[in-house]
Amino acid sequence: MPELLIRNGYVFDPLNGIEGEGMDVAVKDGKIVERVGRKARVLDASGMTVMPGGVDIHSHIAGSKANCARMMRPEDHSRDPEVKTKYARSGVGHTIPSVFTTGYRYARMGYTTVFEPATPPLTTRHTHEELNDIPIIDKGCFPLFGNNWFVMEYVKQGRIEELAAYVAWMLEATKGYAIKIVNPGGIEAWRWGRNLRHLDDTVPNFDVTPREIVKALCQVNKLLDLPHAVHIHPNGLSEPGNYQTTLDTMECARDFRREGRPAMHVTHVQFTGRKGWSWADVRSGAPEIADYVNTHDHVTIDPGQLIFTNVTWMTADGPAMFALFKLAKTKWFNADVESETGAGIVSATYKKSNYVNAMQWGIALELALLVKDPWKIYLTTDHPNGGPFTSYPRVISWLVSNHARQKLIDKINKTAKRRLNLPGIDREYSLYEIATITRAATAKSLGLECKGHLGLGADADIAIYDIDPTKLDPAREYRIVRRAFAHAAYTLKEGRIVVKKGEVVRSVRGRTFWTKPKVSEDIKKTMMADLQSKFDDYYTVRMANYPIEERYLTASQAITTNAGV
Amino acid sequence: MPKATLQDVLCTFCASGCDNLEITYDGRIIDSARNGCAISVSRFTTSDKSRLLKPLVRKAGKLRPTTFARAVDRAARILNNAKYPLLYGWSQTSCEAISKGIELTELVGGLIDNTTTSCHGPTILGVQDAGEATSTLGEIRHSADLVIYWGCNPVHSHPRHTNRFTVFSKGRFRKTRKDRKLIVVDVRQTDTAKLADRFIQVQPNGDYELLTALRTAINGEQIEQETIAGVPVETVEEIADMMMECEFGALFFGLGLTMTAGKHRNTEAALALVKDLNFVTKFVIVPMRGWFNVAGANEVSTWQTGYPYAVDLSQGYPRFNPGDTSAIDAITRGEVDAALVVASDPVSHFPREAVKHLLKIPIIVLEPKRTPTSEAAEVVIPSAILGVEAAGTIYRIDGVALEAKKVIDPPIGVRPDVETLDTIIRRVKKLGARR
Repeated sequence: MPELLIRNGYVFDPLNGIEGEGMDVAVKDGKIVERVGRKARVLDASGMTVMPGGVDIHSHIAGSKANCARMMRPEDHSRDPEVKTKYARSGVGHTIPSVFTTGYRYARMGYTTVFEPATPPLTTRHTHEELNDIPIIDKGCFPLFGNNWFVMEYVKQGRIEELAAYVAWMLEATKGYAIKIVNPGGIEAWRWGRNLRHLDDTVPNFDVTPREIVKALCQVNKLLDLPHAVHIHPNGLSEPGNYQTTLDTMECARDFRREGRPAMHVTHVQFTGRKGWSWADVRSGAPEIADYVNTHDHVTIDPGQLIFTNVTWMTADGPAMFALFKLAKTKWFNADVESETGAGIVSATYKKSNYVNAMQWGIALELALLVKDPWKIYLTTDHPNGGPFTSYPRVISWLVSNHARQKLIDKINKTAKRRLNLPGIDREYSLYEIATITRAATAKSLGLECKGHLGLGADADIAIYDIDPTKLDPAREYRIVRRAFAHAAYTLKEGRIVVKKGEVVRSVRGRTFWTKPKVSEDIKKTMMADLQSKFDDYYTVRMANYPIEERYLTASQAITTNAGV
Repeated sequence: MPKATLQDVLCTFCASGCDNLEITYDGRIIDSARNGCAISVSRFTTSDKSRLLKPLVRKAGKLRPTTFARAVDRAARILNNAKYPLLYGWSQTSCEAISKGIELTELVGGLIDNTTTSCHGPTILGVQDAGEATSTLGEIRHSADLVIYWGCNPVHSHPRHTNRFTVFSKGRFRKTRKDRKLIVVDVRQTDTAKLADRFIQVQPNGDYELLTALRTAINGEQIEQETIAGVPVETVEEIADMMMECEFGALFFGLGLTMTAGKHRNTEAALALVKDLNFVTKFVIVPMRGWFNVAGANEVSTWQTGYPYAVDLSQGYPRFNPGDTSAIDAITRGEVDAALVVASDPVSHFPREAVKHLLKIPIIVLEPKRTPTSEAAEVVIPSAILGVEAAGTIYRIDGVALEAKKVIDPPIGVRPDVETLDTIIRRVKKLGARR
């Protein structure tokens, strides 16, 4: 692979503490190196911003529910076709783009790594089929554990070590990356049309509580020394007053903090950070949640920013989706997965004039602005729930510019405007902080040592934006910032130029990351005996046919950890 | 050579995805296939019957044996020269092959459609209108205390369905036949109906009316007619009560709904009925997909193009408009000027008007066995049988992806579809795709 020198750009590399310094970046064999030879190709980045490639921690881009949503919503695609080019396959947008388009659109924004945050283990073979097909970007997926029968039974019996061995087996069997919990216990209750709203409710037929499930899985995460924290979507999603459940959920992880790494990541908090008793008096729980995050080190969050547009809601939280369907009255898809989890999909439109929508928009921004440390909050729209991932540049413009926010605040529902704290918050993100929440902090949170920075040995995943930080004031010229982040001047994937002036000029194959924790043979043996004795009773697929073999991943990248069991 | 046995083999006949077969074989000969249904046994043990073994190309009106390279070249030229080629079939091959098929369609600027177009296409249109409340089959096995088969006859079409997933299965919360009620709705008393607690004989083409009446009853409205599609109003109300009083209901439906009068209006009504029931209790609906990978054809097509079937790629981007971009319609209108048929037999199954035009255009067939379509073809390339002689991914009725295994070697010189299609793609690229 030829050598490359990115010359004279303003580099923003928060993991190495580099803030807008004018410098060169040398690339060889897909990695960042100290220096390259004279014959190296030179990429002139004078007057431009250079950042590590974007790393998205939470975006529903692949798998059974994404595909059900695509199938159910032809009206979503027909207005956003993507024509084939010399380098790129054709496809469709918009809220649930087809796979090729997903890869291209991320790359065009300078993103090079994306994680699918909820895959039912039983249908993860499907998820990998789609991930294999997504070009350019690296990816991974988080299998769902919060309503799994084996998990709940081990929790009930208090057999944490066997549970850890089971989680390790599942991560390897599904080629998954981290522990995901969605509405712990509540989806099992949905089997009978019910839901669990609080941490101490009891899961029907299993006699465990969401609190016990969450605590046990946090403990397992620590025992297995997994690269990422427990990634959780708490109980009571979208219901007024649910911020207290979110805080209680955060508290569950307090005893399982890990050396220098958070124990829990609470996702799309905008949906679970609501005060109030009814839809008419939903208030922002952002100050309380931000306060908790500011004063505790074991938890990180992402807001799941809302965009005023047409969206597709999709989540493993079947009961929450049914509740929202009753409000939205549009199209509803439900897909329960045996012995494991569920899924719900609803199409919807967020309106500025709608009180609750306006509050959601404001709560998400309040979270982003009130959490002081940008290493504890990451940029997401919970694609496609809050808005499509292609809206990130717009969200960035709201974060860097109070003026941009205030202009929109004037257009939202008047009651919401009055009740939000947002109009009084004047914090503006710097480009350094934007680089933190979009790549450095997410890569760190995922435990991806070769991503999210431009230090020696890092993957040469690089985004170059047409922003001259010495001349441009982002707060005033937020439109330019938005445009620049929407169309990267260059995106490099492992040293290869894949995007130029916002257009794909080359398609490469990304890798799929997964975790392979090593547990002791004794514990594994006990666990396997349990599994074999019950598997045929629980599943309609034979145990021998359940694991996904490594050859199934077109570019597999395993991360091995040594478990303490 | 000693006999060998392979365990946990997936059956590639219907879309039930039975994956516990035990296959005993001796070299290329399969002796037995245990644990499966009668169809499954036949699928495996007669896999060597009426096979196509050599690539064939039509010369002077007759199909004559040729080499693989020549057959591929001829196929590539036909596709490359066509203005609006149709690439059709896909429900009995692997997802990997389907993926290649979409790539090839994009390359030659054609139309790709799968057999959904003539079976559950209306189901998908119904879902696009009304959504769908569904689940994997295991959920039904564990929880369903009410099972309804509507316009389908699984005893014959999906022989192990009742044993593995419904009334005769053992789940966590429902152990025996007594724990479940079975209702069958059909126009005649099928063998499945004979197992039912209640058999409802609906008049032919009366499904929409009956479904609407059930919705009326469930929503607490008064039905004013005495009989609905041949069913007394008391029975309708009784069935509606059974539906509302169950803890977990499951409705399966087949071509009796999708291909009778009303088509996607029938499926929409069924989907809406189940949606309504979820306001009262828990209920799921599952279409009885036929071929073992027809669901996979929809899945791959959807994640790559956004649309599950009838995808027109002639403009350089995906377009979906069934009735316009669906295979039968495009052929009948005489727009299609070449066809690649993979693992399907449209000459037998399509309406006469469509077949008439199909017989006028060059057809390329990828197929393991002789069919009426292969007899009418310009180029025939034999395929390895998926799940017997070739491995690949397939999707079960409920969207669970499974891997079909390779048990024995294919006949010498016979390749899996994915390989053949890849070679055709490379050949087309070399010929310089005009678009």
